[in-house]
Parts: sequence; C-alpha cells; structure tokens
Amino acid sequence: MELTFNSEQIMLADSVGRYGLDKWPAINRHKLLAGEQDGFRERWREMAELGWTLLPIAEDDGGLGGSAVDVMALAEGLGRHLIAVPYVTSCVLVPALIGGVPGGEDLLGALGEGKAFAAAGVLEAEGGGDPAWVTTRAEKVGGAWQLTGIKEHVEDGGCADAFVVSARVEGEAGDAEGIGLFLVDRAALGDGVARFRAVDGHLHARLTLQGTPALALGEPGQALPRIVAALDRAICAHLAEATGSMEAATAATVEYLKTREQFGQRIGSFQALQHRAVDMTVACEEARAITWHATLSLDAAPGSRQRAVSAGKVRVGQSGVYVAQQAVQLHGGVGFCEELIVSHHLRRQMMLDMAMGGQGHHLSRVAQLSV
Amino acid sequence: MELSLDAKDTAFRDEVREFFSTGVPDSWRDRVRAGLRLSPDELTGYQQRLAARGWGAPTWPVEYGGTGWTPTQLCVFWSEAARADAPHQFHQGLELIGPIIFSYGSPEQKDYYLPRIIQAQDWWCQGYSEPGAGSDLASLRARADRDGDDYVLNGQKTWTSYAHVASQVFLLARTSHEARRQQGISLILAPMDTPGFRINPIATMDEKYHTNELFMDNARVPVANRVGDEGRGWEYGKVLLDRERMVAAANVIFLGQIVRGITDAARRRKIRGRALADDPGFAAKLAQFTVELTTLQAMVLRLLDDMTRGADSGPRGSMVKLRWSQLYQAGTALWVEALGPEAAQFAALDGATLPADMPAALQGALYARVTSIYGGSSEIQHNIIARRALGL
Repeated sequence: MELTFNSEQIMLADSVGRYGLDKWPAINRHKLLAGEQDGFRERWREMAELGWTLLPIAEDDGGLGGSAVDVMALAEGLGRHLIAVPYVTSCVLVPALIGGVPGGEDLLGALGEGKAFAAAGVLEAEGGGDPAWVTTRAEKVGGAWQLTGIKEHVEDGGCADAFVVSARVEGEAGDAEGIGLFLVDRAALGDGVARFRAVDGHLHARLTLQGTPALALGEPGQALPRIVAALDRAICAHLAEATGSMEAATAATVEYLKTREQFGQRIGSFQALQHRAVDMTVACEEARAITWHATLSLDAAPGSRQRAVSAGKVRVGQSGVYVAQQAVQLHGGVGFCEELIVSHHLRRQMMLDMAMGGQGHHLSRVAQLSV
Repeated sequence: MELSLDAKDTAFRDEVREFFSTGVPDSWRDRVRAGLRLSPDELTGYQQRLAARGWGAPTWPVEYGGTGWTPTQLCVFWSEAARADAPHQFHQGLELIGPIIFSYGSPEQKDYYLPRIIQAQDWWCQGYSEPGAGSDLASLRARADRDGDDYVLNGQKTWTSYAHVASQVFLLARTSHEARRQQGISLILAPMDTPGFRINPIATMDEKYHTNELFMDNARVPVANRVGDEGRGWEYGKVLLDRERMVAAANVIFLGQIVRGITDAARRRKIRGRALADDPGFAAKLAQFTVELTTLQAMVLRLLDDMTRGADSGPRGSMVKLRWSQLYQAGTALWVEALGPEAAQFAALDGATLPADMPAALQGALYARVTSIYGGSSEIQHNIIARRALGL
C-alpha cells in the first residue's frame, strides 16, 4: 500500500512543473493557443525531447514502459499548468489501444518520437459512453478493409495525423462481440474530417467514414475488452490532470483570499470564504485519493478496475467542476475574465468531465458493478 | 474496502476472518450496520473476547498491552470486523484516555489503568464539555482546588456520554487562573462513585440513552489522580490530534457496513412489482453514495499510508471526520428512503412486529445528526482546516 510518488516520479513531476512554468505561463497561453498548430507543435517537440511521449509506451513497443503512476505524476503537471496538448489521447489512449498489436508499430514509433499525433474514435454519439455501441461497419472489399459510419466526437482529433477507430465486423450496436480496431490515415479521410476548437484550447474532430480504406489492427472481432481497458487507463491520466488543475485553482484562490482587501480587511478573514476554501481543499483531497485508488486498480481484475475507474470519473468530475466554479466565484468579477487563469481551469474541468463518458455513464457502470 | 495484501498480511487477514466467523450474533447486525452502539453489556463482552485473543487494544503499542499492528494490519482488522457485521470497539477508554495515560501518565497510572481498559474492567467517560464551553472548550469553568493531598472538584459537565455506565471519568478542570485560558487546566481521573458526583440524564431525539449532565459538588479525588503536570492538561489533548485520524479511519471502514443495510432494504421493498434496488433512480442514488464512500475510503488509505511512513497527515484527519459524518447522514437517510413509509413505524406496540432493521435504520438516521456536532463540529473542522492547511 504505497500512495506516494517515488523519487523518480517526484523528479518527473518537478520537471513538468518547471516546464509548465517556463513554457506555459498563463500570460502566454492565449498566444500559444491562438497560434493553433504551430506554437503547439513546437511545444510538442520539446516535450518529446524530454522523453514524455515515450513514457507510457511499453518497452516491447520501443517506449520507456512507464507505469500508470509515472503517467499520473506527469499528467498532474499538465493539469496544474493547463498544458493544452493532446497528451492523454495521443500518448496514453492510442498506445494502450494499439500497443503490441500487429499493424500499429509504425504509428507507435512516430507517436513515441513526437512526430505524429493520433486520436481514437471508439465512442459513438448514441452510445452514451459505452464503447460496445459501435454502428460503424467494417467490410472487406477485395482483400482490404473499408469503414462506413460516423464518429461524432473524436477527442483531440482536430490535430491528429492518424485515427484508431472501432468498427463492427458483425453483430449489432451494443454487442460485446464483433468489434475490431482499425487504423485510418488522416489523408484517407479527405474532407471526412470536420474540426472544432473547444473552450479549453483542445482541437476535436467529427469523422465521416464512407468506404474509407483502413488497416485492421489485429484480427477484428474481439477488441472490446482492449478498448475498455485502454479507456480506463486514459481516464486515470485525465483524473490526474484534473487533480493537478484543481489544486492549482485552489492555490490561486487561497492566495487571492490572502491579498484581496474589501471592507478594510483581507477577504480571507471572512469565515464564509474560509469555509468555502476548505470545501475546495477537501474536494482536492477527495480527487487525489480516488485518483490513486483508480490508478492502482488498473492492473486488477476487469470488474474491480472498471468500478474503481468509474468511481473516480464520477467523483473527480463532480469535485473538479465544483472547485473550478468556486475558484471563479471567490475571485469575483476578475474570475470571469479571460485574463485570469482561474476561468481556464473551469473550462478545462468542464471538458474533462465530459470526455470519455460523462458522469451518468460512469455512475451507471458503478451501479451495475455493485449489484 | 479492497486492499492489495502481501502473503503475510493475507495470512493475517485469514486469521482475523476466522476469528470473526463466530461470536457475532445476528441480533447485532442491523444496529451495527446503522452505526448504533450496542448495549454496554454487549460491548463489554465483545471487548473481553478480543482481549482474550490478545487483540484488546489494536492501536496501542505492545509495551502497553496493545497489538503493535501496522496500519495495514489495523485496516485489515477493521475491514474484517466490518465485513462480519461486528462493531467498532468502544473508544472512550481505548482511543481517548488510554493513549494520554500511556503518553503522559505516571508508572503507577499506566500499571493500574491500562490493563483495566483492555480487559473491560473499567468503562470510561469524558468530562470535557460544560454548558458554557462547547466548541469553545478553553472557556471551561469547573474547578479543582488543592486541599492537602486532594483536589476538591466543583462545577458542571455536560454531554457526558455513558456516565451512567462508566466506572471512571477523565475530566478537565481549572487548577489555577492564568492569563491564557488554555493554561491552568489540569487533566484528572476520578471514579464515578466519588461522593459529590451526581448525574442527570439528557434525553436526545434518537430516543437512545447516551448522555448526561455531571454535577460535581465538593467531590474529592487524590492529587495522584492528575495526569501529567498541573496546569498543562490542555496540551495533553494534543496527542488526540494524532489519534483522531485512527478513530476517523476506523469509523470510515465501519461505515461500509451501511451499504448492506441499504441494499437489503432496497431489494426487499417492491414498487409496482419491481424491487426498489432495480429502479434506475434509486440505483443512481445508491451508486452516488458508494462512489463517495469509495472516495472517502481512499482518503483513509492515504492516512494509513502516512502512519506507515510516520508522516504527518496535517488536517486530513479533520477532512475525513467531516466527510464521514456527512456520508453517515446520507447513508442512513438513503436506508430510510429504501424502507419507505413503513419507516414511520418506529416503536411496535401491543406485541406488533417490525422488520429486523427497524427501528435501527431510523434511529441511526436520527443519531447521525449528532456526528457532525460532536468531536469538533463540522464548522470547527472547517476552522481547523482553514488555519492548518490554508493559513487563513
């Protein structure tokens, strides 16, 4: 039962912290994000040089084979400094989907070197967060796979060079069997990629597949357990990111309470505001604790793992949005302004809460697994 | 609570599980699940059984008759007890005064009192609060005036829980008046049959007899019954700050029992031909409760991890106490909701019968309201965290 970072993880966290302060200061954030791809591809190269893109990739796949707790240490820093890069999708989710699977080697290599971005289309609009709800079809035409269907929301798909997409070779939406994973090149989609910017600076996509050529990753049909496990792993990285962001928003708020004066005194001397700051702090501790619990459950049996991860998703979603809302509230009017970092935390927390299945889906999963 | 255990701890778990496979009567189950204390006789018998096994003081060091268990073993022990619907041991001797005696008491006090706590020969109650000194305990006014080799005690204590059962009381009284209110307070041990002590029951809304007023009218106790130095009693309470995380941790682990109470009631109750447990609305509420409970249990694992490493938990013990009382209240409320309108049938009259979990569930829901008031109210916990964690 060890619930603290080891010395290497502390060094990694410190390194992310320094990098975040240096390269992603609040004041430059807007410029960086407004520059869209260029500014941020430059940042990505730096992060790859630090070895971060290789960290979650297994050693057998040419990566550093970092543990889930290593990824947690890194992701916390991404959240703390609101480093708006597609790290969790490109470096955690996609490698977990394709690691060790024939056909994914080249992409994994490019991801590890930081030379490519990839996103995953494994959740469909009507699935409500359930990856078994796959309506996209895969057909073999003349020895090659073609995909047809719509992936309404592909997290971080707006800057992806390649997509890992789930599609059905048999059965109906909701069936556990008959699902395969396919690699789709950005170029093969042509104008089938619609791009969107989110309020947190992330770039998403809608994919329209119309007989789009694709490469099967492994023998299609039994991919669901791998997809569920990969999502759980990526969710844990998001939980850590959210926890880092919550702690940063809380720290900024406490600092503000100690400096801002109204009615001739520091507003932090008002008990109503002190108690609110405490509720934020308790929420941070809840998030930190359940993030550890979920992360350490990733190698447990699927039922325990899914229950722990979903419990984390629900509680961190609730506490993250709460903390960021209160951070804005306690800052008053300036908290609502673009200029201050606190509202950026709120926007990121809202997006994290929605990503990879919202609270409703995960609460249902807890209910089903608790029976 | 799920724990990943090594081979040694797994063997320990099996040993504890074996112990709890017997000696836990069915008649305890619903009261224990509802977080209600068993009767003093039942708790005394339970304590004696644990003591006979060498497990009378799970959180104490070996040299004072404790088990010397690691935090992981403690967690295993409590989890197994909770799993078997066994109760948490009565805490006033074991967790409140025992650790103060072994930290600050004289050799004679240690030799006399500590074994009697473990063997359940003494039942302790706490004489801290007074009518004018609740959350603001330092304003207490009870006096202990020196007269030869005795202190003469005068004043009134209140919320003296289990004074009607206790053989001993540990109390705070003023032995001198100093500029700082926290100084001049001494910690004194007194037998409850001391002439001049009188107790008066306080009726509470849960209709359970827990608590009392304690009047002290020229009650004499030997000066040798003082723990530590005269006038420094306030400081000795500090040892409790470290112990409180253990009490909070155990409370949370035992709170896991309530889920079985809620679930059983929700499976039993049929709404339009379907079990309430299968109603999506109710299932979502129960899932939300279990999510928050799992989160709180993960917070407890962090406290235990701190203890293992000998690290300070800062105000995280306060956070756990705060959240525990909230979830205990939410859990009992959910249980009552699962029971439905029949939960109104609190007391059976004229030989009528009630389901096994009534009135425990409703009584638990009523009792739960005091848990955010006692032991440092939720508002005081907020003040503590604001000061200690945030520097506000």
